[in-house]
Amino acid sequence: MIAGFIHRAVMQGIPLLFGSTGEILTEKSGNLNLGIPGIMYVGGISGVIGSFLYEQSVGPANIKYLPAILIPLICSLVGSALMGLIYCFLTVTLRANQNVTGLALTTFGVGFGNFFGGSLIKLSGNDVPSITLTATSNFFRRTLPFAGKLGWFGKIFLSYSFLAYIAIVIALLASYMLRRTRVGLNLRAVGESPATADAAGINVGQYKYVATIVGSMIAGLGGLYYVMDYASGIWSNDAFGDRGWLAIALVIFAVWRPDISIIGSILFGGLFIVHNYIPNIDVSTQELIKMSPYIVTIIVLVIVSMRKRRENMPPASLGLSYFREER
Amino acid sequence: MNVPAIELKGITKTFGNVVANKNVNLVVNRGEILSILGENGSGKTTLMNMISGIYYPDAGSILIDGEEVVIRSPKDAFDYKIGMIHQHFKLVNVFSAAENIVLGLREKSFNLKQATREVQKICDQYGFDVDPSKKIYEMSVSEKQTVEILKVLYRGADILILDEPTAVLTPQETEKLFAVLRRMRDDGKAIIIITHKLHEVLSLSDKVSVLRKGEYIGTVVTAETDEESLTEMMVGKKISLNIDRSEPQDSVDRLIVRGLDFYNEEGVKVLDDISFTARSGEILGIAGIAGSGQKELLEIIAGLLKPQGGDILYENPETGEREDLGSKTPLEIRNMGIRLSFVPEDRLGMGLVGNMDITDNMMLRSYSKGKGFFLNRKDPQKLAEQIIDNLEVVTPGTSTPVRRLSGGNVQKVLVGREIAAMPTVFMAAYPVRGLDINSSYTIYNLLNQQKEHGVAVIFVGEDLDVLMELCDRIMVISSGIVTDIVDGRKAKKEELGILMTMGEDKEEEEGKEDK
Repeated sequence: MIAGFIHRAVMQGIPLLFGSTGEILTEKSGNLNLGIPGIMYVGGISGVIGSFLYEQSVGPANIKYLPAILIPLICSLVGSALMGLIYCFLTVTLRANQNVTGLALTTFGVGFGNFFGGSLIKLSGNDVPSITLTATSNFFRRTLPFAGKLGWFGKIFLSYSFLAYIAIVIALLASYMLRRTRVGLNLRAVGESPATADAAGINVGQYKYVATIVGSMIAGLGGLYYVMDYASGIWSNDAFGDRGWLAIALVIFAVWRPDISIIGSILFGGLFIVHNYIPNIDVSTQELIKMSPYIVTIIVLVIVSMRKRRENMPPASLGLSYFREER
Repeated sequence: MNVPAIELKGITKTFGNVVANKNVNLVVNRGEILSILGENGSGKTTLMNMISGIYYPDAGSILIDGEEVVIRSPKDAFDYKIGMIHQHFKLVNVFSAAENIVLGLREKSFNLKQATREVQKICDQYGFDVDPSKKIYEMSVSEKQTVEILKVLYRGADILILDEPTAVLTPQETEKLFAVLRRMRDDGKAIIIITHKLHEVLSLSDKVSVLRKGEYIGTVVTAETDEESLTEMMVGKKISLNIDRSEPQDSVDRLIVRGLDFYNEEGVKVLDDISFTARSGEILGIAGIAGSGQKELLEIIAGLLKPQGGDILYENPETGEREDLGSKTPLEIRNMGIRLSFVPEDRLGMGLVGNMDITDNMMLRSYSKGKGFFLNRKDPQKLAEQIIDNLEVVTPGTSTPVRRLSGGNVQKVLVGREIAAMPTVFMAAYPVRGLDINSSYTIYNLLNQQKEHGVAVIFVGEDLDVLMELCDRIMVISSGIVTDIVDGRKAKKEELGILMTMGEDKEEEEGKEDK
């Protein structure tokens, strides 16, 4: 049962890991992108649209592995990249308020997702209010063939689809990039002190754009993973829930480090579903337990603020627009 | 013949109507330290910003190694091996020294360990004392400055410009810095140092170029000059401004400050045993180099900062009693019935709210008046209209956000509001900074009016000519010490200039006594 719990916790955690890795990259450039929930939502629905159109055009019998994977993947990346681009254009080029822009983008993203979700449901003529993409999802959920034979070890470590491993690889790469490479150093400088970075000859706007758009694309994959893998290819409106906000909370929990975020995401995932594994509790207690990731985040925030380690603080210019003329 | 490392010919730069630099000529050879000396606002920093590529000159040419060059950006300046160390450090706090030093470099492959070794090598060569792996936020100001210098050296700069490098250093740290600079000079680097401290000029530099109000006065060899002649070059002859100055009437002591001590957040002593008396019907000028403690002094009197020692006594004109303001907040002071007006240096930061209109800004002082739940907007509206009429504020109306007004009009609104409070003590910090001539005179006249109404006016200024024509007495502070209080009618400019730099010497003497 424990192996099963961990397995579910990881499945639950992977979308959060995508979201938080993307948000960490974004925030390291000084952009506080509160549009992440909307961007993950758009990432999910874009994948669904692509996959739906592909399945419809070739018929369920003729679906091939490669296009079934690539089409939703590319659609999802393009959709979330566009969201990131809107955010950057508004906050970096037009210097709009980051919080307002982010919240607007979340509202927009959810509305966008629900609109197209609803339209597709209508097109598919389903009786239930959802779209089922079982064929595509089966491709996405392919795991290593021998994972089932290795008992609990296979269940805990090897039983996931490729996107889950990609999430962990991306988090590790992001972590290495931030700490060990010149690009990482420059990016952190942009988020800490854009004026310093500018004086050192770093193109602040370019770094902000690239980090935010790449971050959005990574976050969008979280939405795709949720639909195609976690939800077995079934899209219904608003099922994605609070995962976007959990991803943002996870950024704080992980003190802006993608490697810690890997463990944090599994912990959050576990806390989110643990109520299913506790026998005989009523619905209200379940909801209370679901709240625990946020409480853990608040506790971490308090501890981190009390310890006052400068490295664990958010990037110093997070949330601020950069004007070169201001000194 | 020796080709100069850098040469400026006829450099002129204007900002709108303000001439920041006019026909400036400079020559710096390799293995030479040049001081650029001048008062605040004499255009020193503007000039250096043109060499480092932040501004572009309107006229004139810059020659490096005898060849005319065009410097359009800080990057161009790097390419000509010019490195500038700004007064305000540009460093990332959570990075180590080495990380800050390699930040933004593209050429070499990224290897922090090797960079750390190279930085260490430069440190050893010039005798810097800094650990490359130490984080900036753990460093003292002097260490941060060292990192800034290392940064330009690491990039291969051989023309170094330092903008008031000693402003933030203790005398011991200054000595250390000078030793390093001399070593760099002996290594064949050309060094330009901006300063207004005379004794530093004399002890460090080989040549001195003097600027006054944007104009190039001349260059002298340090060994052939002395403090008096440099002061005269720096402040110039007295200019008549024709500001009316009436004799003080029925002057009585109004504000008595005794033995005020103040330490800032970093634990640096900003004010040291300040004592003076402001009298009614009199303008007390405060002269001093920027950052000598003027700002803190006024904020302490206004109740915004708490002094660590000393008394502020207020003599109430109605009761004749002396009341202690030492540890009162602005609200408590007002509730005591003391009418203290303060025009701060930072108009739109501390004085007014830029996004609010004139009426709302008037209400900032009167919001607690009236009893009802709703605000009384009529009186502030009337006051706003009055100020616009009386002070000739140029604005489309009372509902225009203050930030859209020009600097002079913003200042009129602020001064107007403070005067409307019928103060008994009126304090103004640099009230004419950034204002054109006409607006400046309006402000001088307002101050004079207040004086004639029997208000004790405290005026912090930077232009000595104005101070000498406007003020009845001038208190000179230097490094947080009152060096003297002189009669405004008899003061000489040279005398004030020397008083303005005397605090440091006193401080050093005290430091020696402590040992």
